[in-house]
Amino acid sequence: MKSNYDVIVVGAGPAGSMAARFAAEQGVSVLMLEKDRDVGYPVRCGEAISKEGVEEFIDSDERWIKAHINKFSFIAPDETEVILQFDSRQEGYVLERKLFDYELARTAAEAGTEILTRAYVNGLLFNDGKVSGVRYEYQGKQNEIKAKIVIAADGVESRVGRWAGLKTHIDFRDMECCTQITAANISVEPDTLYFYFGADVAPQGYFWIFPKGNNLANIGLGVSGKVGKTKSAQSYLNSFMDKYYPDAPVLTSIAGGVPSAVTLDKISAPGIVLVGDAARQVNPLSGGGIASGMIGGSIAGRIAGEAVKMNKPDHILSYDKAWNDRLGKRHLIFNRIKGGIYNFSDEKFNKIAKSVNKIPYEKRTLGKVFTTALMNQPSLLVDVAKVFLI
Amino acid sequence: MELRYAKTGILMIEILPDKCDFCGCCVGVCPEDAIELKEAEISIIDERCTNCAKCVWSCPIEVIVFNRDGVTVK
Repeated sequence: MKSNYDVIVVGAGPAGSMAARFAAEQGVSVLMLEKDRDVGYPVRCGEAISKEGVEEFIDSDERWIKAHINKFSFIAPDETEVILQFDSRQEGYVLERKLFDYELARTAAEAGTEILTRAYVNGLLFNDGKVSGVRYEYQGKQNEIKAKIVIAADGVESRVGRWAGLKTHIDFRDMECCTQITAANISVEPDTLYFYFGADVAPQGYFWIFPKGNNLANIGLGVSGKVGKTKSAQSYLNSFMDKYYPDAPVLTSIAGGVPSAVTLDKISAPGIVLVGDAARQVNPLSGGGIASGMIGGSIAGRIAGEAVKMNKPDHILSYDKAWNDRLGKRHLIFNRIKGGIYNFSDEKFNKIAKSVNKIPYEKRTLGKVFTTALMNQPSLLVDVAKVFLI
Repeated sequence: MELRYAKTGILMIEILPDKCDFCGCCVGVCPEDAIELKEAEISIIDERCTNCAKCVWSCPIEVIVFNRDGVTVK
């Protein structure tokens, strides 16, 4: 350990590891601090991602792929099931996140990143109004360490950015409050992701069953904090399991939160950039944040490395635009579509499911399902058109 | 019994640490940065809390309670 680094990354999830790796690959010194004992654990996630999202950053590896996905199943409130087969070029994965995150951190280490776990960052250092390092607790002792740039990848909590004066707290209505279990003896198709919709299962959100091989499944749901005011995610999970899988053994059980909104207005300030959930880089429509977090992390890491090498600290302020051009603007539209879809009534979901099922199976695509949904909510069309214009 | 005090008067928000999964939902929605979360330790920073209850609503597993009578010092 040195007493100062070019870049310090706070948090060793996918976004943090990619930020560390892309910075370290440019030959600058990088330290990544993780508050938990283990990188990759505990897992608070549905663990699904597209093959494309993975392979932008790392070659696929069967050690951390638990299922290869080529179908979606959408289940309407009246239990009408719509099955969608992907285009043969597309594929999805259900990951073993604890191994996947571990591997991402290893690639960061291979690029030259130093990593310290059980290091709890609890404050920032400032010099002339600019972030110049972090305070952290390690083995009961308070320490300080200097850095030219701090990359905050501290997840849904997003406290590090606040200490730098960025507004990171999320409206409770935009927080998808989740509970998730890994259950055994769940006999679903091993190549299909299941999504349940409706006021009884997951109002303003969705309930998922994602297979993980050998009849294991990642099962869970997210509901808006607005819903949580009257009924918690845990109660919805209990009701669902009692109804469909009352005797399923549960191997893991954990709560989590998805900041399901658009990216923060500002994700950089002098000496600091925010990535991943901390920057609210989650796809607000799907709630998926692994791929977008890795993209945000890689952009931030690259720009931080460049800023150090060029000795131009203000270069990091170009990160906001780089992110918005790559994904941020798209997320604005996704968020509006989410606003439309999440307010569908059960009757509307049922009607859409029945209309889609009239399309022959082999001709059914995500696009056609979407079009059918749009015919039921024409005002969404404008937003969808914008997705293709950006 | 001695009461705890928030920024806005008697503290009424209580986190039950024995039931907590340390997921961070409450920290993410707290407008006052009034919750401290380590790996497996969580606590309210009394003098910052405004009893707004957003943390109570966003807890997925009902670990945070709104206690109208106030929270007492243990």
